[in-house]
Amino acid sequence: MRSIRRLLRAMAASCLAVTFSVTAQDLPDDSVYQLQVPLRTQADTASTLDRWRGHPVLVSMFYASCGYVCPLLIRSTQKLDRDLDAAVRRNLRVILVSFDPDHDTPEVLAALSAKHGIDDTRWMLARAEAGDVRKLAAVLGIQYRKLPDGGFNHATIISLLGPDGRVLATTSNPSHPEAEFVAALRATAVASKTPAAP
Amino acid sequence: MLAAGLLALSAGSSAATDGYAAIDGGTFRSVLPAGPGIEQVDVAPFRLAKTPVTNAQFLAFVQKHPQWRRDRVAGLFADQSYLQSWANPVVPGAGAPADAPVVQVSWFAASAYCESVEARLPTWYEWEYAAAADETRTDARSDPAFRARMLSWYARTADTPAAVGKGPVNAYGVFDLHALVWEWVSDFNALMVSTDSRDQGEDPDLLKFCGAGAITMQDKENYAVLMRIAMLSSLQGAYTTANLGFRCARDGDEP
Repeated sequence: MRSIRRLLRAMAASCLAVTFSVTAQDLPDDSVYQLQVPLRTQADTASTLDRWRGHPVLVSMFYASCGYVCPLLIRSTQKLDRDLDAAVRRNLRVILVSFDPDHDTPEVLAALSAKHGIDDTRWMLARAEAGDVRKLAAVLGIQYRKLPDGGFNHATIISLLGPDGRVLATTSNPSHPEAEFVAALRATAVASKTPAAP
Repeated sequence: MLAAGLLALSAGSSAATDGYAAIDGGTFRSVLPAGPGIEQVDVAPFRLAKTPVTNAQFLAFVQKHPQWRRDRVAGLFADQSYLQSWANPVVPGAGAPADAPVVQVSWFAASAYCESVEARLPTWYEWEYAAAADETRTDARSDPAFRARMLSWYARTADTPAAVGKGPVNAYGVFDLHALVWEWVSDFNALMVSTDSRDQGEDPDLLKFCGAGAITMQDKENYAVLMRIAMLSSLQGAYTTANLGFRCARDGDEP
């Protein structure tokens, strides 16, 4: 945006309390990182969506008490991750944010992380506040709905973000992602600045 | 007398259309069931803005929060047609009268506006619950005459944006739920609908929906409300259209 510098000055001047804000002047207009969402990780530390800015990141949403689809989402994303070439895998990060802030405390996320043998140096399971969950879902194009039994009915969409937070590709099928998605994922090894292993 | 005259001059609106109407909670049958086989929906007491947000009100918001000006907003939060009916980024102009509802606003912008006035967007159930009322009854939906009236409102094409608060006021004291503009709700991206909940399918690779699958709509004669759900469920958060505005809500225990 051409007047982003002016905008930043104006924001600094008025100390806005509005949740939305532009994060940095060098972020693309349509970067998911434009949305600032405070997160709490499985290690009970504060984090943000752009924690791994500079890396390619897979982002999706889930909830811990989900019986079938969410474990499958985690397992199939792990398999996807495992099957990548080292040059891609070393750079790739994974962020899964819960739909269920009432139940998915850091303790619950830590237990889930342990159960699935999640590598927490490259994967983050996170909790966001209820209003932020809705915004994040809107940014990722994920529809979800809380059900009377405490579960959630939700679309499964995994977004591949580039180093600047732009969506490079999406898939609704982590078990058998489309060729375009896999190609975009593989291409991140080239796009990133870290040299590939010999 | 003088004070009253000044008030009338300065406000350009009145107590009848300003602020929020208190709406008692209750149980009702939504066109969108809470879950498979669960027809009744509980709505907690809440407060709903009496009118949609106007161009004048939204102008004050973008002046105070310039990151929401159309020339500054991030593309993630609003598409290309955001506020395009305005004469320029800080002047609504003749195409967007001050007392007409603001349209061409995204869900992100509408949410930010409501947050800026310590409010929120209403949920779909809150909106539908309040919109079930006619002038005298809190739930007029079973009346064929009311349904016909709603449909005739939706069939009308409005070229000139009309002012808010001029239509009939409903039993709660709320204006313009039907006849003026479509309105965002906080959970627009929760309205997954399907004609058949078996659409979830049995193929484990079709991970479209977790949980119980898409919701089957009920009360299929209530076309006006069904149209609204279909429209809202087709949107993305950054979308803006020429007849889509919003109003804010608050929890029942807030002033």
